[in-house]
Amino acid sequence: MKKSLFSTKTIVATSLGAALFLVLFMFVKIPSPVPETNIQIAYGISAFFGALFGPICGGLIAFVGHALNDLVAYGSAWWSWIIASGVAGIFAGFAYFKLDLEKGQKPGASFFVWNLVGHAVAWLLVAPVLDIVMYGEPVNLVFVQGVTAFLINGITAAIVGGILAVAYASTRTTKGSLDKE
Amino acid sequence: MKPIIEFKDFSFQYFSQKNPTLKNINLTINQGEKVLICGLSGSGKSTLGNCINGLIPFVYEGEVSGQCIIDGKDQSKMSVPELSKIVGTVLQDSDGQFVGLTVGEDIAFAMENDCVDVKSMHDRVLDISKKICIEDLLEKVPGELSGGQKQRVSLAGVMVDDVKILLFDEPLANLDPATGKNTIELIDEISKETGATIVIIEHRIEDVLHRHVDRVILFEDGEIKADTTPDKLLASNILIESGIREPLYISACKFADVSVKEENFPSDINKFTLNGLEKENIKVWVKENAPSQKEKGEVVLKLDNLNFSYDGLKPNVKDVSFEVYKGEMLAIVGKNGAGKSTISKLLSGFLKLDSGNIYLNGKGIGGDTIFERGQKIGLVLQNSNQMICNTMIFDEVAYGLKNMKVPETEIKERVEEVLKVCGLYPFRNWPISALSYGQRKRVTIASIIVMKPDIIILDEPTAGQDFRHYTEIMNFLKSLNKLGQTIIMITHDMHLMLEYCDRCVTILDGEKIFDGSCAEVLVNDDIVEKANLKKTSLYMLAEMVDEDPIALTESYINAERRNRNEG
Amino acid sequence: MKVKLFSYNQLDTFVHRLSGVTKLICFLLLTSAVMFTYDLRVIVCVFLFSLVMVKVAQISLKQVKPMLIYVSIFLLLNFILTFIFAPGHGPELYGSRHELFSFFGNYIVTKEQLLYQFTKIMKYLSAIPLGFIFFLTTNPSEFASSLNNIKVPYKACTSLSLTLRYFPDIQKDFNDVSFAQQARGLDNSEKAPMKDRIINTTKIIIPLIFSTLDRVELITNAMDLRGYAKKPKRTWYSFRALNKEDYLSIAVSAVIFAISLFMRFVVVKSMYYNPFI
Repeated sequence: MKKSLFSTKTIVATSLGAALFLVLFMFVKIPSPVPETNIQIAYGISAFFGALFGPICGGLIAFVGHALNDLVAYGSAWWSWIIASGVAGIFAGFAYFKLDLEKGQKPGASFFVWNLVGHAVAWLLVAPVLDIVMYGEPVNLVFVQGVTAFLINGITAAIVGGILAVAYASTRTTKGSLDKE
Repeated sequence: MKPIIEFKDFSFQYFSQKNPTLKNINLTINQGEKVLICGLSGSGKSTLGNCINGLIPFVYEGEVSGQCIIDGKDQSKMSVPELSKIVGTVLQDSDGQFVGLTVGEDIAFAMENDCVDVKSMHDRVLDISKKICIEDLLEKVPGELSGGQKQRVSLAGVMVDDVKILLFDEPLANLDPATGKNTIELIDEISKETGATIVIIEHRIEDVLHRHVDRVILFEDGEIKADTTPDKLLASNILIESGIREPLYISACKFADVSVKEENFPSDINKFTLNGLEKENIKVWVKENAPSQKEKGEVVLKLDNLNFSYDGLKPNVKDVSFEVYKGEMLAIVGKNGAGKSTISKLLSGFLKLDSGNIYLNGKGIGGDTIFERGQKIGLVLQNSNQMICNTMIFDEVAYGLKNMKVPETEIKERVEEVLKVCGLYPFRNWPISALSYGQRKRVTIASIIVMKPDIIILDEPTAGQDFRHYTEIMNFLKSLNKLGQTIIMITHDMHLMLEYCDRCVTILDGEKIFDGSCAEVLVNDDIVEKANLKKTSLYMLAEMVDEDPIALTESYINAERRNRNEG
Repeated sequence: MKVKLFSYNQLDTFVHRLSGVTKLICFLLLTSAVMFTYDLRVIVCVFLFSLVMVKVAQISLKQVKPMLIYVSIFLLLNFILTFIFAPGHGPELYGSRHELFSFFGNYIVTKEQLLYQFTKIMKYLSAIPLGFIFFLTTNPSEFASSLNNIKVPYKACTSLSLTLRYFPDIQKDFNDVSFAQQARGLDNSEKAPMKDRIINTTKIIIPLIFSTLDRVELITNAMDLRGYAKKPKRTWYSFRALNKEDYLSIAVSAVIFAISLFMRFVVVKSMYYNPFI
């Protein structure tokens, strides 16, 4: 039986996931080959929690985590990118419906596809469009940034999230398997 | 007397377990009773607690048979929120239970969920917090509170509902000795004042028996092994047979061949009586067991005037100096937040000293990187899960060596050797997730000693472990120690310190206030009080038989160690 | 390495006294006022207004210095990139072209481009003092409750309040785990190559995920055992009703927002105000 999308456990997981996302977003910045762009390992967290607890959880983790990070680091919020992060998290969470990590099922193709699709929508569509509408940024700049963000974040989310999901699934036990020794 | 908790032919099997955890339990607890439930981890005592508060069957899936009746109603037909109005549960981990941003909010949490209006909530919170003396803390955030204060907040948080049953799940596990004692006293006062039924799940019998309990229920392998008064239980040998620790004064009497009789009130050290002959027997035993003086080894680690402060304003470690001798087992004790962990982080290089020097084998090691330091002074964290980063045991233990760029063949050799020492060799190709708590602890220790550090530091190595697992871990550490490994332990477990350590350093508010034998510190009234330690019951026993408490304690330790080695 | 979220300090200023939700609404109204316009006059006014509010809230430069540095770097980079990628974006937007000078042949600097880029910087800059005010003067407990008051689902509010509650604990976990790995030689310094750093970081995250999931289980039980979510709503211990000062502040912010819209749709009739024609 899967936990409902609004169970206490999902709420708590969302909260702690967001805190974890925030910690990693703030402290773990790995420079990528593209100058001034960091690899954000944190997207692996929203991918993993999304797969385990659903799209609302995945989306809120990335949204809240990213928003709090911006507030603390810059004193203000870059809504276009924050919303894009949230969208990527929601899509990553769609993997939840086909995948039962709690029963030890390993993540398959759908997990990776949802993550890549999510980041594609987020960085190739949502972020650039919002940047243009809200901040009047030039079109080719936002799309170049968008493509970079899509490649880096999408791949990071799929790989890191995938590693975490495999590690988690391999610790799950099936019915009646634990015996005292 | 009206029954409030009744189990009738009750069995429960967790979804993931092969065998039932509770087998055919028949148990009645009456209104207003104060009951202690003890047993090893995995004996079913916590599972029973989860049945009383409804986590079973509503949160944990599994198979139930038989009946559990709480306050006259069939538990399986109620719900967790409904049960929470009758049963208040204080969890072992008070940080997990503290869900509010401030103390006031946390106490009010149950009322918030009940949609109580703001004004009544504030009144009620003030009312309850006065009862348990935390009314000055209402604005505080969890980071500013001590473990004992957090536990009081948890208690207040469940008491707002006027519950009929208060259930305490291992209330002493994370507390220093003096705070634990206060907790037991507080529970007793609440029991008297409110008349609530009290159920305490705990394996530290001696500490719980600091105040009267009506009944002790002993679990073993999912069944009730004993359900009797504390006096009867202590007069028998059931506890020892079940792997539970007896109170120290009781073991001392039994060591001295003094029989413990029910009519002498063995459960309360203040009422416990011994006749002249028995007293004489104990005195003779003390003489016979006096330990021989142990020689100190050479100095391996020297701390010279260490100073450190987190914020640059308030010192967290102040002018601390002491020496550690080769091959010894040293305890660092003191209350929560005294600076013990800070000292261990300074030693292992995680934190940088403000001033002072650390010498290892006579050489200053201030300029080391964290990794270089880690190869000389290894730190084993309290929570094994925080250290384990590989899935297979071999890889986990080999991890440090790989990073040291040791050749593959040597890695294999060294890892296998360490795995043998740690009793993990048969499991070397297992995934770590299949290991028990104690085995995981050993994996983390193995992953440190494989780097051959001069010293290992363990932070609360046995926290939350029952006597059997505690003994298992400590015997393993002692065997490492016998092979020449110098060990420093940070602990607030007085038993651990007394029985296993050669020497103890006591820290109070960042300063060293004592450095000497473990038996001595616990008879020093001043230090005991300042550092939130607790006099052991051996001290009281010594007074009773008119013997020197240090001599009695030392003889006890000596006899206990000999006993352990033979056993 | 210790960051405090909402390094909120209890002062008794007008801004501190406002309810959290008031501050959020004002924050959103005022940032929207600058977000949807490129009218430099409006933006500068909002910027000046927000600086006055910073003064009222007694926020010191020391508190916000690191953030200002981050923001400056970001803005500088954005300025350069914008020029490289779209040197003609300004004239395009404003529909006129006044050339000033050129360099590297292709790059022609126009008045419109400078105005566009300067306005954009001001747009970002004017939002920053507002952000400072919001998160340096808001009491986090009261904030979650007031969010619920403006119809944000209470489960989302609880979730936010729990995030703030457990952030320090998870930060501590992260430091402990990361230290334990470094002591056994995990190289997470800038010297390590990118691939190693990703793998090494994942090594830190795995223990962190498991300890977080343990915590989730524990907190869930603790909350269930105190009757969480048994009713379709809840009340808040730290709730405070809105008062006159709150309504006044919201009204002022709304007026500023309305002026911004008025300027855009009625006066200028375009998002881009062009002073050069």
